[in-house]
Amino acid sequence: MSVIETRGLCKEFTVHVKAGWLRRRARVVAAVDGIDLTVQRGELVGYIGPNGAGKSTTLKMLTGVLYPSAGQVRVCGLEPVGQRTRLARRIGVVFGQRSQLWWDLPLRDSFMLLQHVYAVPAADHATRLARCRQLLELDPLLDVPVRQLSLGQRMRGELTAALLHGPEVLFLDEPTIGLDVVSKQAVRAFLATLGATGDTTIVLTTHDLADIERLCRRLIVIDQGRIVHDGSLDDLHARYGSRRRLVVDLDEPLKAELTLPGVTVESSQADGRRITYALDGTTTAGDLVSRLAELAALRDISVLEPAIEDVVARLYTRQRPDSA
Amino acid sequence: MADLRLTAYRQLLSAQVRSQSQYRASFVTDVVGSLMFGVIDVVGVVVVFRMTPTLGGFGFAEVFLMTALAGCAFALADLAVGNVERLRQYVRSGLLDALLVRPLSALAQLAAMDVATRRVGRVAFGVVMVVVAAAYASVPLTPTRLALLVVTPIAGAMIFGAVFVATATVAFWWVESGEIGNGLTYGGLNFTQYPITIYGTLFRRLFAYAIGFAFVAYYPTLALLDRADPLGAPALLGYASPAVAIAAVTAAGLMWRAGVRHYRSTGS
Repeated sequence: MSVIETRGLCKEFTVHVKAGWLRRRARVVAAVDGIDLTVQRGELVGYIGPNGAGKSTTLKMLTGVLYPSAGQVRVCGLEPVGQRTRLARRIGVVFGQRSQLWWDLPLRDSFMLLQHVYAVPAADHATRLARCRQLLELDPLLDVPVRQLSLGQRMRGELTAALLHGPEVLFLDEPTIGLDVVSKQAVRAFLATLGATGDTTIVLTTHDLADIERLCRRLIVIDQGRIVHDGSLDDLHARYGSRRRLVVDLDEPLKAELTLPGVTVESSQADGRRITYALDGTTTAGDLVSRLAELAALRDISVLEPAIEDVVARLYTRQRPDSA
Repeated sequence: MADLRLTAYRQLLSAQVRSQSQYRASFVTDVVGSLMFGVIDVVGVVVVFRMTPTLGGFGFAEVFLMTALAGCAFALADLAVGNVERLRQYVRSGLLDALLVRPLSALAQLAAMDVATRRVGRVAFGVVMVVVAAAYASVPLTPTRLALLVVTPIAGAMIFGAVFVATATVAFWWVESGEIGNGLTYGGLNFTQYPITIYGTLFRRLFAYAIGFAFVAYYPTLALLDRADPLGAPALLGYASPAVAIAAVTAAGLMWRAGVRHYRSTGS
């Protein structure tokens, strides 16, 4: 069953450009330009793109904050803007840069208030809060006013706040922005646990590609308001030719050239005693290592995962085929 | 469902009160400050009447009653929705988005989240002034008059509240609207404190009738004191404030809805 369904979703903004002292010229800019999206229940989807690509605008249309200029949207079978309050009970939203919490009150109070805002039965509220308290280690924070929490602590509060009414879909707009490494990992681990249950559909936008690698089986890349990639991370690598690399340190240089399908030498250093191989997936790293071990004494090996940043950076700057 | 929603608003309101009580020192200075506003309004009337025995055909006791009713109405409206003028910041900071993803009305949430408890002082002062002014002007203590005395500040507060909301919605179209709204809100308070007979025709038509400010204090005062309107309006108008208030609130509500719709189609 699809939880999110969009067809030809568009959002145009009129921007006024200065043209002389008082005159302004109106220019129509498509922030989202025809997005077709189907997300099934329980999916964990990463939504990425450069600044201004239309990520947040899409999210705002899915959550009922903005009207689409054209196209259809259905979230949980509802029309987001027209049925905003009904939809609000079934979705959770975390905006990385703005808070759903009450700044001057202890964290505990925010949770209590949200229980009333969403009219959550006391028993359900208690169960969900207990789960979040345990998974996000909230207990020491409950009596601290939100303004005194660190960003990472606050984000743990925000996640809980978005989940207390048991939403079917959780939208996260840059949930790890500005967090330190430990907090990022805590957030990711929590989302992974949440996603693993398969009950909650999660859509997150991010600039931190480690979020995607850690969490999302499905990756949607948008650029200039259009989807340029929709598939797994592996698909992305396959499509854009990114390779894993294997770096080996040898006691002696190889006596014979090694030939295996899909393996190329990328560089050779220290008189051939450090070799970097690029693998396109035809031969596994394990096969390569065992072949090397037959040929020479291995001192050290390391596998470098393809840098998703590089792939994505290439994707962003790449000319779109249909716009050529 | 409806009473669950009421519980939600009540909880939001009490959270706001608790939040503000966190800053005790500033709370006290704010209460004193807001009291000062009320005091200065009354002092203003006293000063005017040291210069002239009558103003627009009215004596001190009558104008004092108008000032008191207007001040009390304004204080009530300011307490409830005075902070919607901050909508500008909310639009800019995106807080409005956060409110729109909750299952409650955005305007009601703003009002409940922003109620300024420090303005309670001014309301209390306003109520006291209404009582003092009514006694000073010897308002006859009939049930009708007493009811009118209670209803007038509430209807007046609705009119001011409507003006607060309506002027705040400008921010939906024009984020850099600045202090434009204050002209109508604070300016409106000054307007309503004095008899409308002292203003020029155009000004009077606009403020007194089009916006409805004459129904905040002027017409009710005439009815309370059984005075005929020097401008010749029928005496019944003194009892029309609640109807005007409902119309004003409805108009403001429609403007708000149009504003939110515009915001959602532009996103800024």
